[in-house]
Amino acid sequence: MAEAAAPAPRVRPDGILALGGVCLLAVAPPVLEALQADYLLPTLTRMLAYGLAAAALDLVLGYGGLVSFGHSAFLGTGAYVAAALLHHANRGTPVVAWPFVVSGTSEALIILPAAAAVAGILAILIGAISLRTRGVHFIMITLAFAQMVYFLVLAVPEYGGTDGLMLPGPWRVGGFPVQSDAPRYWFAFVLVLLFMLVAQRAIQARYGLALRGARQNERRLLALGYPVFAIRLLAFTLSGACTGVAGALLADVAMFVSPDLLSWQRSGELIIMVVLGGQGTLIGPLIGAFVLLALEEELSAVTEHWMLVLGPILLLCVLLFRRGIWGMVSRAAYSG
Amino acid sequence: MLHTLAEPLLAVRGLTRRFGSLVAVSEVSLDLLAGECHAVIGPNGAGKSTLMGMIAGEIVPDAGTVLLGGEDIGRLSVAARARRGVGRTFQITELCSEFSVRQNVLLAVQTRFASPFHFLRRADRLSRLAAHVDAALVAAGLIDRAEHPAAILSHGEQRQLELAVVLACRPRVLLLDEPAAGLGLSETEELANRLAALKGRIAMLLVEHDMDTVFRLADRITVLAEGRVIASGSAEDIRADRAVREAYLGEMVDA
Ligand SMILES: Nc1ncnc2c1ncn2[C@@H]1O[C@H](COP(=O)(O)OP(=O)(O)O)[C@@H](O)[C@H]1O
Ligand SMILES: [Mg+2]
Repeated sequence: MAEAAAPAPRVRPDGILALGGVCLLAVAPPVLEALQADYLLPTLTRMLAYGLAAAALDLVLGYGGLVSFGHSAFLGTGAYVAAALLHHANRGTPVVAWPFVVSGTSEALIILPAAAAVAGILAILIGAISLRTRGVHFIMITLAFAQMVYFLVLAVPEYGGTDGLMLPGPWRVGGFPVQSDAPRYWFAFVLVLLFMLVAQRAIQARYGLALRGARQNERRLLALGYPVFAIRLLAFTLSGACTGVAGALLADVAMFVSPDLLSWQRSGELIIMVVLGGQGTLIGPLIGAFVLLALEEELSAVTEHWMLVLGPILLLCVLLFRRGIWGMVSRAAYSG
Repeated sequence: MLHTLAEPLLAVRGLTRRFGSLVAVSEVSLDLLAGECHAVIGPNGAGKSTLMGMIAGEIVPDAGTVLLGGEDIGRLSVAARARRGVGRTFQITELCSEFSVRQNVLLAVQTRFASPFHFLRRADRLSRLAAHVDAALVAAGLIDRAEHPAAILSHGEQRQLELAVVLACRPRVLLLDEPAAGLGLSETEELANRLAALKGRIAMLLVEHDMDTVFRLADRITVLAEGRVIASGSAEDIRADRAVREAYLGEMVDA
């Protein structure tokens, strides 16, 4: 709860834990191969992508105190941007023909910035309106916008409507095709790591101090002269853009996009990942993504009614670990 | 009168605010000169906090405006007024309660240097800011509590921190809404000493119930009752004013 650090030793135990986790993720491909379990690699990549989205949502939810129930809009938009660019590159048709021509591409170094840009612009528009409201109204209005995007995408027959769209093939990174699972995993891993490092910095910088301050006491921040609305809009936009990148990663690992990515259930899952892992910790939501997806995977293998089982498990987790998994772990690391 | 000779730093002109049929503040005008302490007194519900809210920009007036250094700031947002030098403490302390005492002051200090849109360097490691933060903490007597969350401070310490936070922004005008509320005798005395030390450097608009503090600090006093100015003048004039004594001071002394 308290953001004030106790007089801390220079190397904190939870820092070591986090570093250990990073190392573990870094050696996952060769280890899984040695265990002859490399069929799990795409699942891990998927977890990383969702983890990126959840950590991006944490900027808004955990640090900004704004419960966005519409982040699937950015996830799905990123995924569809990637799918559309690959689809049109394969067909040799332009993505946009008027008023200027945008042709497709299979280059990830163009696709990812494009996904970020489109999702980011969408986030500016949604944020500019939603951030004028508070509390439950904010939750409802972000949900409403996400539903609008959902139906908008359904209405474009070119991209498969409810059926979704198969991707014609994998993307290339810097000209090299990403054919196998391991490089795809590395690529996602590096992106997630980069996001974590930059975001961690930003929340401790002057900007982050202001964003976190505005969550605790908006009135005080305004009375100090902080442009609270602009600060929040920026967080929402960056969060949306990074969630868009996560969506593009999901499209690439699944080789398929469907409107399901834009549904409100995805928004809900992202919130669960954040709360389960520990909001306002960045690393917690990443853990939350791994845990939730693993639970879903395991339970759905055991029973058809996995949702009925998952619900109570999540409820227990949230009740037992008030501060989320990472909140509990890092606290235990301190006192232990 | 003397104060019409000098240009007021803060000029309140005809501020009026209704809540439904209740007129909380009615055509209130007052001046605040540079370096002066101008007290606003009046019984509960007189409209003092509403007046402060309108000056700070939090409450939109039905009529009237506010001038700061001759500039009409009556249509500016709270944050824009704050950036022009309006600092404020609230009747109920407003702090970032999860942040440490140091972080609260840092948040205020950094407003003086650049926009908050800096992303890469840790705010608490910026030595240029840290020096100012330490100085403010020492001045406020809170340096020993620097790493504690604001939430665990005593009521008196929280009030002290809020004042330190506002001062760390170097405001031109300080709006103080009952700064001594809830303080003990010695704490009130200490607060009055701190404010007395600021006199002449920062213009203060002081809302306060503690009459010892008011008469010690105020150069001028405006008395509000039911949203209207019923008297305004030098501290001596107000002390001598029979109507005020009957309407307000007597009541306060007895209370
Ligand atoms: N937001 C509001 N809605 C309705 N009435 C209000 C509101 N704020 C203040 N009032 C009323 O306006 C009058 C003045 O309040 P206030 O400015 O807080 O007085 P003071 O600070 O002098 O005690 C009171 O009668 C109060 O009940
Ligand atoms: Mg009041």
